[in-house]
Amino acid sequence: MARRVAIVGTGQTYHKSHRPDVTSREMIKEAVSSALADAELTIRDIDAIVIGNMDHFESINYVDTYSVEGSGGVMKPIMKVTTGGTTGATVAIAAYYHVSSGFFDRVLAIGFEKNSESDTTGAIITCSDPVWDRFSYSGAIPSLATEATAYMEKYGATQEDAALIAERDRGHAMNNPYAHLRRPLTVADIMASPMLAYPIKLGDICPRSDGACAIVLAADGIAQKITGKPAWFKAAAVRHTYTWFGDSTDYNKGLVSMQRASKDAYAQAGITKPVDEIDVAELYLPYTWAGLKWIEDIGFCGPGEASKFVGDGHTHMGGKLPINPSGGVISTNCIGATALLRVAEAAIQVMGKGDTRQVPDVRNAIATGFGGCFWSDIVILSSERP
Amino acid sequence: MTEWLKSVEPLTLKGQIAVPYTWWVGETGGRFMAALRDHRKILGTKCSSCKTVYVPARKSCGRCFIDMEEWVDIADEGVIQAYTIVHYGHPVQPAKPPFAYALIRLDGADVGFLHVIKKDLDRIKNGLRVKAKFRAERTGTILDIDSFELM
Repeated sequence: MARRVAIVGTGQTYHKSHRPDVTSREMIKEAVSSALADAELTIRDIDAIVIGNMDHFESINYVDTYSVEGSGGVMKPIMKVTTGGTTGATVAIAAYYHVSSGFFDRVLAIGFEKNSESDTTGAIITCSDPVWDRFSYSGAIPSLATEATAYMEKYGATQEDAALIAERDRGHAMNNPYAHLRRPLTVADIMASPMLAYPIKLGDICPRSDGACAIVLAADGIAQKITGKPAWFKAAAVRHTYTWFGDSTDYNKGLVSMQRASKDAYAQAGITKPVDEIDVAELYLPYTWAGLKWIEDIGFCGPGEASKFVGDGHTHMGGKLPINPSGGVISTNCIGATALLRVAEAAIQVMGKGDTRQVPDVRNAIATGFGGCFWSDIVILSSERP
Repeated sequence: MTEWLKSVEPLTLKGQIAVPYTWWVGETGGRFMAALRDHRKILGTKCSSCKTVYVPARKSCGRCFIDMEEWVDIADEGVIQAYTIVHYGHPVQPAKPPFAYALIRLDGADVGFLHVIKKDLDRIKNGLRVKAKFRAERTGTILDIDSFELM
């Protein structure tokens, strides 16, 4: 029988467009030191480490060894796990498996990225098959834009409906001192921003950030001694579909990997009515239309209902189910850390450490990772020991 | 083994990725590089816990997991700890073969400093003393030291 596991500490850097003052490993150390301080532990208390980032982004392929000065991994079991944009959620889930298995009691999970050091598009196209797909969907924007046009045509959603997602998330970021972009952005600003690939405009898409995030996980019996309010894992689900862009998503059907992952996660957590039973969501929404289409796939509302659901304010702070109190990916995107930030922010909400971005009385929080070729990871955390 | 080649044309797609990178040296590394460039000086940092002096200077001690604040002047000469003589050429290498890569324990440091030796290759031995030869035009890279020479 697997052991119960909780997050007992989180740490992150103050995310910026670029960090000339530190190298990757120095930046990693900032996040790790902050997570250890949050849990009131030292590096000597850590039994194992899982770390990840994007392949080719800093041109350092053995980051598990490269980073030990910063991760604290000197002479400890440390493994790199990399799954594209989902990496951050995957390192959290791999660390969860590490503790749950019984082999390790206290494990660090780390995600980081220095987007400022390379050409993001040049690096990211290596995710796609060199013979068949690399010539076309070069980078993240065109594939997402294609998904958006399919959604608009099917349900009549407008560019303004989508822009409200960025206005919401950028507004939320004003409450988060760690967020990269802390300037409000309105629907009108987004509509006036340059068109990149129809219907995605500059204001619809996430930035490139430098930053790192770390979380500390502990086993049942130990977690309660570290903190009075651990964030317990209730569910962890991973669904990766094909890498062929044409196969991985039937654009009219939805984000299948998220539909399947959320179904699995809700079953693990015993959740039947997500909107009623989940108190806050930290979703990996790299562009605005994801904030419409994907919240249907995750079951927050029915197909085609997202524009009204969001428009009615249900996902704003103070709403029925606030999404991205941190400001989300639209405000901060240090890619290898991005999905781990979702998990960390969900843990912060459960632990009641959100300060000005805290949602009141959080019992259940959901976090997602998105990446690769329309892949999804989902974590559900709870104040209740499962 | 290769029978299938008779019935299938072995098509390939040639390509390459060329991703430009700009790595930030960081505050600590930047101070080390600037000292090389501006003063022909080699700087290290010392761990306040285990007392190890690291060169090149770095921000934290990995073993003790603490930041290092104390800067130490390291000599531009030291002792060969280990070496190899390279006989093949490759664009990534900093010199034309034959040349030697050597781990050099600079006076005042507790760790080896990796660099190249270009001359007197037939005389190289562990334990011999070497001295840094700086380039006249320096730009703030580790190759502002052209090479080390036997003393």
